[in-house]
Amino acid sequence: MTRILIVAEHAGGKLNVSTAKCVKAAASLAGAEITVAVFANAGSPVAAQAAKLAGVSRVLEVTHAANEHQLAATLAPQVAEVGQPFTHLFGPSTTFGKDLMPRVAALLEAPQISDVMHIESAARFRRPIYAGNAIITVDVEPGAKIVATIRTASFEAAAAGGSAPVEAVAPKAELPTHTRFVSLAAAGGDRPDLQSANKVVSGGRALASADAFKLIYGFADKIGAAVGASRAAVDAGYAPNDMQVGQTGKIIAPELYIAIGISGAIQHLTGIKDARTIVAINKDSEAPIFEVADIGIVGDLFTIVPELEKLIDASKK
Amino acid sequence: MNTAQPRRILVAIKRVVDYNVRIRVKPDGSGVMLDGVKLSINPFDQIAIEEALRIKEKGRADEVVIATIAPADAQATLRNALAMGAQRALHVVSDAALEPLANARLLLKLVEKEQPFLVILGKQAIDDDNNQTGQMLAALWNRPQATFASRVELTDGVARVTREVDAGLETLEVDLPAVITTDLRLNEPRFVKLPEIMKAKTKPLETIPVASLIGNDKSGGSASRVKTSKTEPPPARQRGIMVKDAAELFTELHKRSLV
Repeated sequence: MTRILIVAEHAGGKLNVSTAKCVKAAASLAGAEITVAVFANAGSPVAAQAAKLAGVSRVLEVTHAANEHQLAATLAPQVAEVGQPFTHLFGPSTTFGKDLMPRVAALLEAPQISDVMHIESAARFRRPIYAGNAIITVDVEPGAKIVATIRTASFEAAAAGGSAPVEAVAPKAELPTHTRFVSLAAAGGDRPDLQSANKVVSGGRALASADAFKLIYGFADKIGAAVGASRAAVDAGYAPNDMQVGQTGKIIAPELYIAIGISGAIQHLTGIKDARTIVAINKDSEAPIFEVADIGIVGDLFTIVPELEKLIDASKK
Repeated sequence: MNTAQPRRILVAIKRVVDYNVRIRVKPDGSGVMLDGVKLSINPFDQIAIEEALRIKEKGRADEVVIATIAPADAQATLRNALAMGAQRALHVVSDAALEPLANARLLLKLVEKEQPFLVILGKQAIDDDNNQTGQMLAALWNRPQATFASRVELTDGVARVTREVDAGLETLEVDLPAVITTDLRLNEPRFVKLPEIMKAKTKPLETIPVASLIGNDKSGGSASRVKTSKTEPPPARQRGIMVKDAAELFTELHKRSLV
């Protein structure tokens, strides 16, 4: 019997959509019993949110003041203890899950499969290596408990509509005090987070100045997109480091990616190749970005982008 | 702190296919082509070495020790790390590729031997992209971890580490000893100069057979419980359509419910 425990990701009293994606991934295994574990501060509404996800058979809630900041070192002993009866432990392949799950795996002496993009069977998974330039199929030896992180870009979110019971559990594990939360500085203000955004607008070297990059911010805000940049634009100082999209920056998979003035170096393409729809705006018709773009337009970005903005404004009236 | 014991940083590195190489999958699906490709220190591990050296140069460490678990021919990689400025190197010789948990167990043995106050590793190797070893070592060692570090500040007995997380920049305070894994923006590794390469040739490099580390503890060297049965290239993207102006572009986006 396949019994899967999913470690919920949440912040500010809200369940992260990555958890619903883990549920969807787990549900792709026929007959799997899916449990979500929520580690939170007392009074958190997150367990109730997890209970509503379709496919979840029950929710385990562990409330503890130490769980306020979701630190891997503090969570791992609790997850390992709660996870004992399960055959599989899943977490999202976000920075939260990537930080936590290997620590859990080590405590359970279990192998971990990172970035699962497809579940073929209870012991067979597909995952990317070399930044997605190759896909491997891996088999885990029979009898081993399996820890995995689920690549959120590969799965849709489980729908709402469930009504799983919530059970309180109290693991006995001693929690370390050697790791303490200090602060969190949110990135990008009100803009969506680049890593998880549905839409991303990126600018490249053709913007030619940090000032011109305002065009990218303005357009992104108009369509509710996160803002990215090519390595060339970052190196030239037009955009900050943390906006870099590509193999050496962020690897993203939004529904819509709009590359503006980006030629499409290999290392950039590696970072965007899982985007659902790629749009390229570039004045050079030979630019490699057009090889991968679903919709391409050759022309001056400083003309096209404002025109496109006007058309979008007009359609909203 | 015992003054007789040098304040030591252990940096674990991995030799990988150079990040500039465009890897290709073998036609029979048995792996990727590795014959004759350039091998280098994993870029995140280079950042780990650089950070350790900077800490030493600020007077907060006495010694930087490099460790790798790799086949016998990986010595050149360790010499490169020594040429960056590390004092000595440990080469755990293993021909088999081990799973991250087995690597973490071997690194724990080195930690017990060397007693570092800090272990720094890259957040992941750019070949298998597992992103596990540092966290696993921290768990087995029962010490703090600060992953995806973009800033590290040391004060007495404590490290304050800023981490690149999806929500922004998180700062943690961890008691030492601790494990730190590096993200790209932590620093820019230095270029190695020729005299340093010459000097590195005579720096101590200790070769350690896996068996001598694990003794009767079979778990450390056990064969991987995860086997790769197939390697495929990713699905290729098809070239799409070209539109002639902003109006056509808008129509296409609107048709696909994207704006």
